[in-house]
Amino acid sequence: MNALSRGQSWLLHGGLLLVALVFPLVFPSSFMVNFGVLALFYAFIGQSWNIAGGFAGQLSFGHVVFFGAGAYASTILQMQYGLNAWWGLPASAVAGAVVGWVIGVLSFRAGLKGSYFALITLAFAETMRILANSVEITGGGMGMLIPAKPSVDNLQFAERIGFYYLILALTVASIAIAVWLKHSRFGAQLAAIRENEDSARALGINIFAEKVKVMMLSGAMAGLGGCFFAQYFLYIDPSIVFGVDKSVEMLLVSMIGGAGTVYGPLVGAVLLAGIGDVTRTLFDAQGLSLVLYGTLLVVIIAFLPNGLIDLFKRLWFWRNPTTAAAKVKATKAGVESKEGA
Amino acid sequence: MDLSIIASATINGLLLGGVYTLVASGLTLIYGVLHIINFAHGSMLMLAMFGVFYLLTKLGIDPYLSIFIMVPAMFAFGYLLYKGLIGRFAGGKDENILLITLGLAILIENLALMFFKGDTRTISVPYSDTMISLGTTLVPLPKLISFGAALGLCALLGLLITRTDTGKAIRAVAKERVGARLVGIDVDRVFAISYGIGLATLGAAACLLMPIFYVSPTTGHVFIMVAFTVVVLGGMGSFLGAVVGGLIVGLTESFGGLFLGESLGQIGIPVIFILILLFRPQGLFGAKQ
Repeated sequence: MNALSRGQSWLLHGGLLLVALVFPLVFPSSFMVNFGVLALFYAFIGQSWNIAGGFAGQLSFGHVVFFGAGAYASTILQMQYGLNAWWGLPASAVAGAVVGWVIGVLSFRAGLKGSYFALITLAFAETMRILANSVEITGGGMGMLIPAKPSVDNLQFAERIGFYYLILALTVASIAIAVWLKHSRFGAQLAAIRENEDSARALGINIFAEKVKVMMLSGAMAGLGGCFFAQYFLYIDPSIVFGVDKSVEMLLVSMIGGAGTVYGPLVGAVLLAGIGDVTRTLFDAQGLSLVLYGTLLVVIIAFLPNGLIDLFKRLWFWRNPTTAAAKVKATKAGVESKEGA
Repeated sequence: MDLSIIASATINGLLLGGVYTLVASGLTLIYGVLHIINFAHGSMLMLAMFGVFYLLTKLGIDPYLSIFIMVPAMFAFGYLLYKGLIGRFAGGKDENILLITLGLAILIENLALMFFKGDTRTISVPYSDTMISLGTTLVPLPKLISFGAALGLCALLGLLITRTDTGKAIRAVAKERVGARLVGIDVDRVFAISYGIGLATLGAAACLLMPIFYVSPTTGHVFIMVAFTVVVLGGMGSFLGAVVGGLIVGLTESFGGLFLGESLGQIGIPVIFILILLFRPQGLFGAKQ
């Protein structure tokens, strides 16, 4: 929040939180609460992608590998070993982090970066999809059905609003992590790695260790997203939780909202859920929302590489020429950190 | 295990590999010259396959004759796409161009879903069920034609690159952009031509695939992992690599299905991809970086 003062920044965080808290109370219809749950869910898994892809520059095309690991870890513990569903939350985070560690150690040891890292994550996700499809403990291609027994003890809320506040808590935590990355030493090291690995190494940053760490953090978050998904929809199968579509959605909400920014994934997610609902209601055209999203991705990369959030920032500067001037001065002095929001 | 089963798996794997080679040769050409990874390769193949499907069902044109329509059409599509969109960003960070081609893939796939719906389509031609015996194995005639034509087209592509002036210009640009510009080669045009040729191979591949495969808006997914595996296995930018890689991947798929079953048998391709990237990123025939 370079552009905003500390007070304004707290006002923004607090205002958004307040809006999110009262949203299901003002719009209690199941349609609107479901919209809220999906928007926050995409914001959460998008933030998980953003931590690795945006903040650390480790672009992944197969982020679903962590998501699916979390979904399966929590569901298998619950269904095959009879553990209480709440244990699924820590279990899925651990599963995501372990997968993040394995993929990080293997890929970064081999020195993969950029497009090659993006493609190898896709191959890992594909491997996991085929494994989940082929072994017995996952129910194979039939998937796993979690019986509906609505009760808070089961992590199944009778009303959607329970899920809403659960995913809101997760999303708030993920945004807090993103804010922390903006201000912490770890976050600064990741930014240095993203901008130029050689210079980062010259500064004494242990690139390998930091990149593995961020994959574990991002993986744990995506794993939690998988657990939430399983409990909300009560069904998972290999092509849903290890499929390309989820990976693409995580990447899209983050890239379109603004990769490497705190609120980018939230902006992208509200837009994705919104466009999805609007096109479904107004036009009976399968695929239309993703047509719009694919176009947006191309346009964003071409003209707005910092995402839609950059538009808001530009409007803000336009209305507050003094801060804008200060920012320009700061840029000239070369002390501008890359992101404002 | 019975020797004839092994023989038949080998033959099937090789036949499959021939077509994979053709799909991958366009990808490797685009990478070798432009140094960009065309993530939209699979969805463009799908688009071309729909073209072949409609040429047959609406106009009654035999899929093998469609080559003479699909190759120039896909070339023109690629040339214009490069000139209009991809070329503007090709010089930037490689992740950005990967994301642009991902955006294109999403766009093409979902436009296809809107217009063609999600159904799976196959075609039938009079010779669909004709079988030819190779030793103890019966092979459908279209598979044999596809294999022969795929290798023939790869050879033709090789001749185009090594024997013609355009090919010489392409090789010059691939090796040394600045030098090529200095000797008067229009580098941007060569880029557009290379991208066009890359997609033209997909036009040909679509004609050869349609009689033996199905098409749906997600068909591209089936081929994208396969094509990338062939290309990294053979070495990014190497044609010989694409041929050998294609045949190895075809055999892997065929033997994977034989020994591990239909579901687990598919695991060979992503595992090869991971192992090559981790332990031999230059591939079998690629130059060390």
